[in-house]
Amino acid sequence: METDWIWGLVGGMLIGLGGAVYLLGNGRIMGASGILGGLLDGSGRNSAAERIVFLFGVVVAPLILWPLYNVEIDTHLTKDIVVVIAAGLLVGIGTRVANGCTSGHGVCGISRFSLRGIVATVFYILAGGLTLAVFRHVLGVI
Amino acid sequence: MRLFLALIAGSLFGAGLFVSGMTDTTKVQGWLDVFGNWDPTLAFVMGGAIIPMFFAWRLTANRKPAVGGEFPVPPRPELDHRLITGSVMFGMGWGLAGLCPGPAIASITYGGIGGLVFLGAMIAGMMMAPRVNAQLDRLAAAA
Repeated sequence: METDWIWGLVGGMLIGLGGAVYLLGNGRIMGASGILGGLLDGSGRNSAAERIVFLFGVVVAPLILWPLYNVEIDTHLTKDIVVVIAAGLLVGIGTRVANGCTSGHGVCGISRFSLRGIVATVFYILAGGLTLAVFRHVLGVI
Repeated sequence: MRLFLALIAGSLFGAGLFVSGMTDTTKVQGWLDVFGNWDPTLAFVMGGAIIPMFFAWRLTANRKPAVGGEFPVPPRPELDHRLITGSVMFGMGWGLAGLCPGPAIASITYGGIGGLVFLGAMIAGMMMAPRVNAQLDRLAAAA
């Protein structure tokens, strides 16, 4: 749709506002993998309540907006369960090893001109583009 | 106050992911698919999110967070093997399925069984990460 980029920009600004509230209010970096990962490995034990409430907001906000949309909401995730599991494992391991994902390294890192954030973003975008090219256009499996 | 602000931040994040279309894997894969039918939406989302964050970082100078404490110090500037290896692994998974951690969590109520399987695998991967890190450090030391 031609209006997709406008919704992208509006949604992006909401994401950035969320990050600004979390930073200026709570003094924390809004990174999805770090917030969830810290609950799983115990490193975020002292801020567990804050993390759980944040994740609750992430899950509930789409539910509130959902009725405003007159279309069926679909993530269009591949039905190939092997691909889903492999991708999930790679995303889980990779974001914790790199200590950040699209929100932490991408949004919060690039906006403070962090070299680590910029380099991480370049590498995950290149790896993502290359993987998609190979698996879709060479192997034809996704 | 701390919990209230976390709820507001999380809700804005979730609403933004939903509104921007980033929980739709075809839009994410469409952006990564430069050899196919390229979709520029993700660049607008990224750009839109970086604008408020740029000003937020500016406002951290000579201030403290509203609830007290300190602002996060800039991460160690070194680019280590973990950052590169981890980002490449994350990118591969991101390209394969079109989901990163934020949208995987935001779509938990409407992503179906597949979304829950992805989330389960992602959580398992996150719990495996310390062991992977130990292996990677050994390899890096040997190299």
